[in-house]
Amino acid sequence: MSLLDYFKISKASSAVLAKERLQILVAHERSSRNQPSYLPQLQKELLEVVRKYINVGQDAISVNFEQDDEQETLELNIVLPDIHAKNS
Amino acid sequence: MARIIVVTSGKGGVGKTTTSAAIAMGLAKKGHKTAVIDFDVGLRNLDLIMGCERRVVYDFINVINGEATLNQALIRDKNCNQLYILPASQTRDKDALSQEGVGKILEDLAKDFKYIVCDSPAGIEKGAHLAMYYADDAFVVTNPEVSSVRDSDRMLGILSSKSRRAEQNQEPIKEYLLLTRYSPERVKLGEMLSVDDVQEILSLHLLGVIPESKSVLNASNSGLPVILDEKSDAGQAYIDIVARYLGEDRPHRFIDDKKGFFGKLFNRSK
Repeated sequence: MSLLDYFKISKASSAVLAKERLQILVAHERSSRNQPSYLPQLQKELLEVVRKYINVGQDAISVNFEQDDEQETLELNIVLPDIHAKNS
Repeated sequence: MARIIVVTSGKGGVGKTTTSAAIAMGLAKKGHKTAVIDFDVGLRNLDLIMGCERRVVYDFINVINGEATLNQALIRDKNCNQLYILPASQTRDKDALSQEGVGKILEDLAKDFKYIVCDSPAGIEKGAHLAMYYADDAFVVTNPEVSSVRDSDRMLGILSSKSRRAEQNQEPIKEYLLLTRYSPERVKLGEMLSVDDVQEILSLHLLGVIPESKSVLNASNSGLPVILDEKSDAGQAYIDIVARYLGEDRPHRFIDDKKGFFGKLFNRSK
């Protein structure tokens, strides 16, 4: 460390980078932490039921759980296969 | 009514045992009868930090298994007669600790002690889980470093969902942040997360900042909790922390870089 280093304070700070990365990561981990533990099992079983009737892929079903102060929302999204593409 | 404090972090090597030893000694020196328990089964080290490693006869597991009484296993500290240490077992059997066993010991200790400090092992395995399960207060020891902050956040999630207080819908565990190995000079240079950064991410009540200090290694070398080194910065930081925990209002120290320009020039070589 030389005297010169003392004046080089304004270089891009790694602490700022650390904080940004942590804020994103922690927010993501907190949202998945609050999800009910039955969610993956629910998703799996729903997929089995839907597949009895419709030929959908593994990623065709997404189950999202959201929570705010007032209510909990379970969002179920099933993407059906494109019929027109199949028939033509 | 005894108060059970867990000293936890998730990540290893951040200063849990140093902190457990220091705050247990600090509480005892304030006149409160205090027990400090090592939950790190298989890798006990609290005895070494407290300087009582040659006086261990019975341990935590012996008491759980009924092979010794609590009074036989508790070691009275040589510096403070209000402080007792319950060492961990060196057994390799991970299942030696049981929730009922730990609960029974804490219940017995609570009859006689004012504060019970639980020194958690690193990780989120059984030992760490049992150390925090019965806690009333949690001291979350964090370094201003990404992996430590992330692990602390993870521990906060576990504290709020897997503890007895959470399971029985009681008032939640009171959580406090202890930021250790802090270097104000590096924060000023933008090389280290600041105390404000860490607080913003974790949203925890700050109990105190312990500066990076040579006195911590000196203290562990000699088997004396660093809080007894009252001249050292780290010792004073722990004294402040104990006082704040007990309700005293003390301004935070060791956060700002106090050294002036010339102080820096002459300190560069260290």
